[in-house]
Amino acid sequence: MEFFTVMGKVWTEYSSLFLHGLWMTLYMGALTVLISTVSGSLMAMMHRSSWGIGRFKPLHAAAVVYVEVIRGTPILLQLYFFYFMLPQWFPALDLSEFTCVMIACCVNSTAYVCEIVRAGIQAVDAGQTEAARSLGLNSRQAMIHIVLPQAVKNILPALCNEFVAIVKETSLASTFFIGELMTQFKTINGITFRVLEPLTIVGIIYFLVTFVMSKLIALLERRMNASER
Amino acid sequence: MSASSELIRVEDLHKSFGSLQVLKGVSETISKGEVVSIIGPSGGGKSTFLRCLNLLETPTSGRIYFEGTDITDKSVDINLHRQKMGMVFQHFNVFNNLTVGKNVTLAPVLLGKKSQKEADEMAAELLARVGLQEKADQYPKKLSGGQKQRLAIVRALAMEPDVMLFDEPTSALDPEMVGEVLQVIKSLVKTGMTTVIVTHEMGFAKEVSDRVFFMDGGIIAEKGSPDQVFNHPSNPRTKEFLSKVLY
Repeated sequence: MEFFTVMGKVWTEYSSLFLHGLWMTLYMGALTVLISTVSGSLMAMMHRSSWGIGRFKPLHAAAVVYVEVIRGTPILLQLYFFYFMLPQWFPALDLSEFTCVMIACCVNSTAYVCEIVRAGIQAVDAGQTEAARSLGLNSRQAMIHIVLPQAVKNILPALCNEFVAIVKETSLASTFFIGELMTQFKTINGITFRVLEPLTIVGIIYFLVTFVMSKLIALLERRMNASER
Repeated sequence: MSASSELIRVEDLHKSFGSLQVLKGVSETISKGEVVSIIGPSGGGKSTFLRCLNLLETPTSGRIYFEGTDITDKSVDINLHRQKMGMVFQHFNVFNNLTVGKNVTLAPVLLGKKSQKEADEMAAELLARVGLQEKADQYPKKLSGGQKQRLAIVRALAMEPDVMLFDEPTSALDPEMVGEVLQVIKSLVKTGMTTVIVTHEMGFAKEVSDRVFFMDGGIIAEKGSPDQVFNHPSNPRTKEFLSKVLY
């Protein structure tokens, strides 16, 4: 029973640190999702672009390479890469650790969001576009009025799942003591020399956050399906 | 229908998908008010030919004139011409994200042919004609296959096209729904609408068509009046095809 007693003590003693960590985790997660939703959508547009000379499509090629490289390397490696490289590349900008980590998270997440958006658009039956074009709509109009509204239904739930994944992945930022939940665990561990109790508390917080989020996603999905009945 | 009032003229149309040659030189003229049925075995090029007419498929070579304009010319705005060519698909392709009413009014309003109010009135009238007046505010998800196809026909008609292209409009329907869709097409034909229909419904083709094309191997292998093609086919391949098809 000592475990629970200590855990209670750790919580009351350091609750402000845990809450600050939770705040940072959510903040980083939300910021990453916001930025990468925009950049990932742009990347998806690049991926779908047929602009180019002959069979060479530079925008498409760049997007393919980006997505493959980012998906093919571990996020921790990318974190290290940007954390150590960015200050060397832009010494004049004096980037903070937080900025470097955020850039790494966004770069990583952009590739996944790109795939989510692309797959969401691709999953809309090609017949929908054909029907729109047969009526005289141009490809832009068909995309805006017919394809995208249907693609959003595929994209939103997957995007929310990506949000959940990002919230957990921000824990890697603790490598650089950014201040999110895992960092707080390390801090408290350093002060108290206890591992199990603060780790359990952090684990419970992570779980509660992601659990609530997945419940919200399920609700959202039900809502969207209901709208077409 | 006077033969002089040409609506669509196709000259030496070829279409290949990679190394597969689907159309091997089709030349044909379709007049205003004419009803043409295209029959033939699968893979014979029927659907590809029809889809080339409004450039949903880009021809590999050859020319297509619609109302005197060469629409295969790259400088032509195909979207303007497509507004005049209604198309109905095998799999309906009704817009799942729009209500039945909006399915009908989207294109006329978006393309500046009608105000929303005018379009709504027209949609109500058209939907009533095919028995869907009660469904205007519902989403297509709730419709049966036959109702979806009737909606698709009305959606195309809302653009007030000069020709209607039907790509196997009843092939994806449950048998008991084929009749209701054919009935709608039949009443449309009676209004004098120029119609090109790819179909496996031989009895229907025989009944409504002015001319029948038998397509096989990427060419129009035989054409003529329904009586000629169905009762006195001269091409052995037509004979063979018809002997295998029950109608």
